[in-house]
Amino acid sequence: MKLSKALGWSSALCLAALSLQAQETNEAEAIRRQLREANEAFQKAMENYRSATESLNKRIEAVEKKQGIVVTSAPPVYVVEGAARTNAAPTSLLPKPWSPSDPVRIGTQQSYIGISLDALMAAGYSTAKDIEALEPGGHDPKQRGFTVQNLELTLDGKVDPYFRGQANIILQITPEGETAIEVEEAFLETMSLPWNLQVKAGQYFTEFGRLNPQHPHAWDFVDQPLVNGRFLGADGLRNPGARVSWLVPTPFYSELFLGLQNSQGETAFSFRDTHEDGFLFGRPAADTRVKSFSDMIFAPRYAASFDLADGHTVVMGASAVLGPNASGKDNDTQIYGLDLFYKWKPHHQSKGFPFVTWQTEAMWRRYEAAAFAGDSDHPALPSETLRDWGIYSQLSYGFRRGWVGSLRGDYVTGRSAALDPDPDRDTRWRISPALTYYPSEFSKIRLQYNYDDRDRIGVDHSIWIQFEFLLGAHSAHKF
Amino acid sequence: MKTLLSLLALLTVVTAQAKLNVVATTADLGALARAIGGDKIAITSMARPTEDSHFVDARPSFIRLLNQADVLIEGGAELEAGWLAPLLNNARNPRIQSDAIGHILALQGIRLLEVPTGPLDRSQGDVHARGNPHFLMDPANARIVAAHIADSFCKIDAASCETYRANLKQFTDALDARLLAWEKALAPFRGQHAVSYHNSWPYFSDRFGIQVDVFLEPKPGIPPTPAHLANVIKQMKEQKIRVIFVEPSLNRRTAETVARATGATLVDVSLFPGGIKGTEGDYLKLFDAITDALARALSAPAK
Repeated sequence: MKLSKALGWSSALCLAALSLQAQETNEAEAIRRQLREANEAFQKAMENYRSATESLNKRIEAVEKKQGIVVTSAPPVYVVEGAARTNAAPTSLLPKPWSPSDPVRIGTQQSYIGISLDALMAAGYSTAKDIEALEPGGHDPKQRGFTVQNLELTLDGKVDPYFRGQANIILQITPEGETAIEVEEAFLETMSLPWNLQVKAGQYFTEFGRLNPQHPHAWDFVDQPLVNGRFLGADGLRNPGARVSWLVPTPFYSELFLGLQNSQGETAFSFRDTHEDGFLFGRPAADTRVKSFSDMIFAPRYAASFDLADGHTVVMGASAVLGPNASGKDNDTQIYGLDLFYKWKPHHQSKGFPFVTWQTEAMWRRYEAAAFAGDSDHPALPSETLRDWGIYSQLSYGFRRGWVGSLRGDYVTGRSAALDPDPDRDTRWRISPALTYYPSEFSKIRLQYNYDDRDRIGVDHSIWIQFEFLLGAHSAHKF
Repeated sequence: MKTLLSLLALLTVVTAQAKLNVVATTADLGALARAIGGDKIAITSMARPTEDSHFVDARPSFIRLLNQADVLIEGGAELEAGWLAPLLNNARNPRIQSDAIGHILALQGIRLLEVPTGPLDRSQGDVHARGNPHFLMDPANARIVAAHIADSFCKIDAASCETYRANLKQFTDALDARLLAWEKALAPFRGQHAVSYHNSWPYFSDRFGIQVDVFLEPKPGIPPTPAHLANVIKQMKEQKIRVIFVEPSLNRRTAETVARATGATLVDVSLFPGGIKGTEGDYLKLFDAITDALARALSAPAK
């Protein structure tokens, strides 16, 4: 009796306590249920998605089988190192159970080759009589009226797990109306060398300074800086060769380049280029043969970059190119350069605007010219060393979305020598303001004015309009 | 010689600390990696949360950053197309190349929205051929990405796998609980429309039922024209749209002009943790901030 009474009381107490808590418990339970339902709904959705993917995969397989395409059903999975080699043949063609972290093939991701065509054209007027002499760059406007500066077909992609390949084929229409074709670049680059090394081999732009390795459509102006045209040549310094670069393990970015390239041909202007008329600086340019490595162009470069403050970045470099020239058997050329690039791009940039960039390059050239006995058309010249230097500095301000205002100053000069005057070495300077509008990333329209002042020739005014369009893969911008 | 020695000393210090060196292209991926990795990883995000993530400069310092990374996490839906490839080509780091286990493509396993079906050309503006890349604006997708990251971390750093799993569970539990709260906060406004500058919000719309389907730019990546803005204003008045999303990198002035003409409220939002003050490095806080601001703007009496 006592026991049953006690039980009765205690159960009554329990009930009372429970009813007191009931409301809170119910609410917590409701929320828990909601959470459970949400989780279940999520799982169900994932399940649906999984079965949909599976059935789609099966359909793809069926279709591909019908078309006679042999496929392994295995999606591109992460391969733990070593596993690929030991497990070459798939043991089962059945898809394994799907989990959210498994890769799914999306769309047709065949990117074996990236193809793009970039067209760069100019039109304008100049007071100069000989515009080809006024504008030293190979892709500069060449005449009053229209110039097709550069039609550039770019092909690039990963060759295999070891190499990346790139080719830039250039088409140009000469002032005479003929179509000229050039292999501007065609090289491969390693992707998996140890010790932070990378090798580039083939036909490529020498990594000298900042502008030389850039393609003309990436420039901020219609034409090439004067010092580049004079020292590195109309088409820039590029030749077949190989270079190795080392990403130095410093806390900041710094890279060391060592290159070796052929020294002959029209893309080695200050070296063993035989030139159109067979003469440079009044001396005949002889066609000499390469006998040893010392007859090639040696091109070292060191570059470093710092993020000064958030939004401010600077890249600095020192370069040299050393090699034989065409004036004689033992005559060498040395070109040294310093370059500086600064960019400001604020935290709230939109579409890459606004920004400010400042780019400056200075170069020095030492050209050992051989003695020349002279002929009926050319005076005799002594053996001497020709010293030249030049600089350009340019500022660009992307002041609002799509709009860039730029200003460039150019100066080149040579220490006086036996041949005087020499339009290839005489002092000249140029001021060029430009305004560029980018309707999108794939097109641009540019207006540029040049004030030219050449010693012994005088002042000239030129105005150019440039238009660019890009079709195909939009290759990412290098900094 | 002395400098060389100190350089070597520095290198050994760097390798001595066994933290997994993780680089994320954007701050949202960085925040998820931080939630999973905790103190076992050192995380760096490349794009600033306030900047336009399509137009990040491929700064040389990134080459060095990627050179030392053990893991690279990228969205993979073309957001990084304009800047990541040349950096990766030059990074000389086989651990994070596209075929390596240390290269995490966050979009894997995600159902992308707005994958173009018809013929695509650039007269339609800069349309993403793989689908809309802003998939982390649906927290349910963060669940998938977080699991993916945890799986990958476990494969790369098996010793800390238990920690990663525990962190994943903790994060997922918190996410599930918060997702309910966010949905509840926005539930009264389901079906309402909102305006944004760029079409970055389809995943958010899908999840929370707020239709962000009127845009200040006429086509993706093409700047607004007066005629288009007049149309937007007309549409907003007709549909009684009351909020305009403003992202930190996009033109605020255009949004202000439209807001003045329509009486709409500007709501500061961001696709990335850190894009709004107080949400730095925290994915959950970002959604707390967005849902809170949005609910407040939508529940305010019409102007």
